[in-house]
Amino acid sequence: MLDDLDRRILRHLQSDPAQSIPDLGDRLGVSTSRVTRRLDKLRDNGVLRGQQAVINWRALGYAVEVSLRVTLDKTQSRAFDEFIAAARDIPEVLEIQTFLGRVDVRLSVIARDMAHYQQIYRAGILTLPHIADIEALMHVARIKSDEGLPL
Amino acid sequence: MMDTDDIDHQLLRALALDASQSAGALGRKFGLSQPATWRRIKRLTEAGVIVGRRLDLDREKLGFGVTVFLGIKLATKGRVSLDDFERAVSAIPEVQTVEHVLGMYDYRLRVTARDIADFERVLRRRVMTLPGVGDVEANVLLSEERRPGPLG
Repeated sequence: MLDDLDRRILRHLQSDPAQSIPDLGDRLGVSTSRVTRRLDKLRDNGVLRGQQAVINWRALGYAVEVSLRVTLDKTQSRAFDEFIAAARDIPEVLEIQTFLGRVDVRLSVIARDMAHYQQIYRAGILTLPHIADIEALMHVARIKSDEGLPL
Repeated sequence: MMDTDDIDHQLLRALALDASQSAGALGRKFGLSQPATWRRIKRLTEAGVIVGRRLDLDREKLGFGVTVFLGIKLATKGRVSLDDFERAVSAIPEVQTVEHVLGMYDYRLRVTARDIADFERVLRRRVMTLPGVGDVEANVLLSEERRPGPLG
């Protein structure tokens, strides 16, 4: 199980994943070798799986972001699998999430502008299988996005 | 908007999967020298295309078994109440993301909790007591997958 030091290491690393292990050790008042051992253990246990670069699609010219909340036709037993497999083929789909609740699947879709979005929506999204209903939420601003866990 | 080429896209794709790769290792993959790779990454970072890194943690192993997305409709609108709401909601540690949206809801929140009972505590004590909260819809996350995006 995780102890207090593991949690402190992860908390600090979460706020700045790019920092070096010696810096991390200094900040926590722990030796570099001790931090290294703890990180190795967290990786071996599968707690720490790695780190990923976060891309700002707006800076690449994708000004539009839409959250599509999809309800599927659940009388089709393969509805989820077939819908998700087809959604993966649309390059502008950034996230595919499935839910328990009023919404079955949510797609996060980006586009260069509204004309481009309309094209993706008509030629891509509306041709996906087993859709019963779609609601769109247009993204205005990201207020908080650290995705950190309250460790 | 920054002009990017195929090699930039390949670098972004690789870094979005694993940001810990060194410029040397990435360069070897794409037939670039270490300094050339480093310069490209620096350029992408300075142009704001790469905005940082995200630690990939196994939430369940850390005891956070439940992720819920909340759609929130504000009961009262106006500039002041939006600012107040955003400040208060961002201060809740269990709230991981806050997005201002247009449509049937005003805000979309990603909330993490230890279990459903813990989520109920966060919902009742912290979210429902926020200034201006109206309708709230909750959907429990079952699975999620991040795609590489249009980098091809």
